Amino acid sequence: MITAPVEQATPARRAQAGNALQRLARVGPVVTVLVILYILCGLKNPMFFEPTVAMGLIKRAAPLMVLAAGQALVIIVGGLDLSVGALVTMTVVLAAGVSNGDPTATWWLLPGLLLLGAFVGLVNGLIVTRLKVPSFIATLGMMGILGGVVFQWSGGAPRGALAENFRTLGRSWIDVPVLGQLPYSVLVVLVVTVVGWWWLHRSDFGQQVFAVGGNADTAELSGVPVSRVRVAVFTVSGLCAALAGILLGGFAGVSAQVGSGMEFEAISAVVVGGAVIGGGRGSLPLAVAGALTLELLFTLLNLFSFPEPIRVTVQGVIIIAAVAYGGFRRRRTG
Amino acid sequence: MRQGIKAAALAGIGALLLAGCGSTAGSNEAKAGDGTVVSEGRSSKWFDQAEYDRQLKTAETAPEGSADQPWLQRVNSPTEDTSQYKKDGPYNLCVSNAGVGNPWRVVGLNTMEHEAKLHPEIGKLNVVDAQSKDEKQIADVNDLVNSGNCDALIVSPNTTAALTPAVEQACQKLPVIVFDRGVNTDCPVSFVHTAGGYAFGDAAGRFLVDNVKKGGNILVLRALPGVDIFETRYVAGQIAMEEGGLNIVGTEFTNYDAAKTKSIVSDYLQRGPIDGVFLDAGGTAVAAIEAFEDAGVPVPPITGEDQNDFLQAWHDNDLTAVAPTYPAFQWRTAILAALQVLKGEPTAKEWVLPQPVITKDNLSDYYTPDMPPLFYALCGCQDMPGFPGDWKK
Amino acid sequence: MTVISGAERRTAGWSEALRRWADGGNLIYAVLGVALIIAWPLVDVAGGDFMSGDSIRSILLRSISLGIVAMGQTLVILAGSLDLSVAYVISITTVVAASTIDGQASRLPLGIGLVLAIGAVVGLLNGLIITKTKTNPFIATLGMALVLQGILRSGVSAAKGEVPSSFQALGYKSLGPVPLAVLLLVVVFAVVYFLQRYTAFGAHLYAVGGDVQTARLSGVRSDRVIVTAHVLCSLAAVAAGLFVMARLGTGDPRVGPDGAYDLDSIAAVVVGGTALSGGRGGVAGTLAGVLLLSVLDSVFNSLQVSSFIQQAVRGGVLIVAVAAYAIRKRRAEG
Repeated sequence: MITAPVEQATPARRAQAGNALQRLARVGPVVTVLVILYILCGLKNPMFFEPTVAMGLIKRAAPLMVLAAGQALVIIVGGLDLSVGALVTMTVVLAAGVSNGDPTATWWLLPGLLLLGAFVGLVNGLIVTRLKVPSFIATLGMMGILGGVVFQWSGGAPRGALAENFRTLGRSWIDVPVLGQLPYSVLVVLVVTVVGWWWLHRSDFGQQVFAVGGNADTAELSGVPVSRVRVAVFTVSGLCAALAGILLGGFAGVSAQVGSGMEFEAISAVVVGGAVIGGGRGSLPLAVAGALTLELLFTLLNLFSFPEPIRVTVQGVIIIAAVAYGGFRRRRTG
Repeated sequence: MRQGIKAAALAGIGALLLAGCGSTAGSNEAKAGDGTVVSEGRSSKWFDQAEYDRQLKTAETAPEGSADQPWLQRVNSPTEDTSQYKKDGPYNLCVSNAGVGNPWRVVGLNTMEHEAKLHPEIGKLNVVDAQSKDEKQIADVNDLVNSGNCDALIVSPNTTAALTPAVEQACQKLPVIVFDRGVNTDCPVSFVHTAGGYAFGDAAGRFLVDNVKKGGNILVLRALPGVDIFETRYVAGQIAMEEGGLNIVGTEFTNYDAAKTKSIVSDYLQRGPIDGVFLDAGGTAVAAIEAFEDAGVPVPPITGEDQNDFLQAWHDNDLTAVAPTYPAFQWRTAILAALQVLKGEPTAKEWVLPQPVITKDNLSDYYTPDMPPLFYALCGCQDMPGFPGDWKK
Repeated sequence: MTVISGAERRTAGWSEALRRWADGGNLIYAVLGVALIIAWPLVDVAGGDFMSGDSIRSILLRSISLGIVAMGQTLVILAGSLDLSVAYVISITTVVAASTIDGQASRLPLGIGLVLAIGAVVGLLNGLIITKTKTNPFIATLGMALVLQGILRSGVSAAKGEVPSSFQALGYKSLGPVPLAVLLLVVVFAVVYFLQRYTAFGAHLYAVGGDVQTARLSGVRSDRVIVTAHVLCSLAAVAAGLFVMARLGTGDPRVGPDGAYDLDSIAAVVVGGTALSGGRGGVAGTLAGVLLLSVLDSVFNSLQVSSFIQQAVRGGVLIVAVAAYAIRKRRAEG
């Protein structure tokens, strides 16, 4: 049960609450929205304030959150990666088809899949930098290639099975005090977010990413190795996609639809988090928050028994509103 | 500060709108004069009383033919003369396949191809895949018919209504055999199908009525809207459950996606107890089961299908479950019907196949532990050369 | 004194001229020509008859719906924008028109008028959101696609409505040897080509797509140009939807996304030589691009290549085509 801070507020407390909100808002509107959505969910059904349930929410949003982290890098550097959905699919289908449920395969499958994802990302990056193909097209083409190749190999729908230990990362948890359950996927998301945040927002490389996204020509003149930066970013995006696939396969198992449409969801999450398509602005942690926000939005709509079609419409409106609002905010603050 | 408030306002307004417009899930039932419940399903546009009665009767009728070759069995399927189509072999059979986008279809196509290999009089089996796209399948059917290389055309339509004109045009040029979903014309020489969706849904619904306490909460998980074979299952299940005194607390679309299924079940578990789960397509039943397991809640009575992962979960965890089937062995029958037509043998204009239901009594007949999870037990392929290896890849 | 004979010199002259013609912006026609020349024997050896009336008609018929949509998409991309909502415009067109007409030929004008109006409104909204709120076209039209998807799903779940056989003729009948559908494609092409090549609007499209600031400085009202382009694009999608409806004989809510008209139309446009960034290219190239893809489809079908490999090859063709244009551009720039 929560007590609304305003109820017993003295002027001082009200100022405190106002300050907290102000600080949150300055981080990014998405965080405010996230908190509000979460509170709304909890008001509708107090079970959501229980740590186990809250962790469960993050657990099922985890694949998208990891995907959003990688996509944030790509968008901030000025590109788009449309191949990530197909990469997620490929990861799950390959894992199931190759291992056929054999738990001993997991030890080499996990690193192998991550390497494969990184390799696909590398190829994307090279196509963009060497062949000068716009990333929209390069990754769109790669999406078709990956999808076609994977399903040709598997014969149309996924085959085989995922071993229990392969699914640990996406499905299982550690028992901890206070929180009850700490899912592995939450840990993964945490690590990815922290590492990503440091790499993009605190390291020199991250500065280069922003520079290239802001104005690639200027960056090049300042000595930034533009091509290398781009290739690195796409490689990491591919790596994140493979990791997201591992988490998703772990969470849900193998199914025919796995991964479809996730590229658009990831892009939506990143822009809801405040990044701008075209590059130069954005935040990786906020993109991850954006993914969680989208998941919470769906959960909330579900809680209110909203018919499915309206959920989709609302998603569309939110995305446009988020980007339009972000642009409006930017123009006002200059 | 202003930005924060603006964002809050946006989210708040959004949520208020949602709250205001939200409709409650759950079914509406009308009470008939004597107090018995009449399900809303009976007034659904997908409900056809005559067909419903026919299917339920078919499900109870013993089929003609040998039970260990169910793909050759027939229920109330009078044959007709097809001597006008008689031709000398070897035959070129063309198949327009809606797609292989789910494991049932993958198993089915594999079985069909093996069936064709059993018949030396089939010279060529040309399968064209429409990737689950209506437009592509129309173009495929036209191309196959115009190629002049087909002695007979077998069609598994992606959508009933949309493929009707193309099939009608095809009928004018060569014998057409339709199976799985139908078309809105009776020009095909043979329409091969199993008892039907109403029978499927009814079996599942009645199982839940028998195994769940009266007034129990049922969660209905549906794959996709608007697909006739699923809509009929849902309607029949809805009728059986509501008129049997069960309370449907929610009807959700999973888009046939395991992750979504799990999320939906988890959310409903937060709202209250679930006493039974009805699925119109059993492919994601295991995801629903896992949602219960992850929440630490015992799995309630649940309906599924003959996908092997469900049978395995059922067997290993001793669940209360049922698996009505939509047998994949009909893919064999399609080939056999085509051959009958081309040989001029009497063929059923409408070949109705039996639709077995797997219960705890016959589960051990159908569950094979070493077959892959996405294998379908009713493929009718167990006696074919190449089994089990060719179905394990 | 050269040792080259007169005949050799003539051949050299021919091939040199051909190469220059191909290099100079006509690459796609050259590729199309080569594809046809290669396809002919390939298909005939596989047992088909490539140059038969049926085969040619089949190739053309596959091109109609995508071709019409791609023409509209060309206009939008020329202006530097793009439209991801076309797939759902097509779906809505088939459903609304078929339901309104409901099998009665007398209601044809009503049905057609209604969907054209809806298309115009959608295009208008797209254009306004993009120009007035400065939202990125990718996000704006993606959001619109989701909104349309939601509206569609709340109204109808399955095939609905009926098309009178008089209108179905558009999908199946021919005027002499030429299918009516091909005539539709030719008409749409003529209109769009005229707009692009011979009107001020066309010139403004290229200007805005090339460099928006310069265009504005020269007095071009860029906002209006972009909005108009979006309206025309949606109208083209409606026209394609009407054709699809004629083929199906009914309305089908899934037909748009199934056909991947959004991404495939963008792919066709860039394969045809129009630059994704805008300002270069045109509908003639787009049409050639669509035909090329259809020839590929037909050839693969005759050779019984699996549809998954087809999908992968299309992805590869997309990348190779755009890479080729990029190389050409760099060579031209010296």
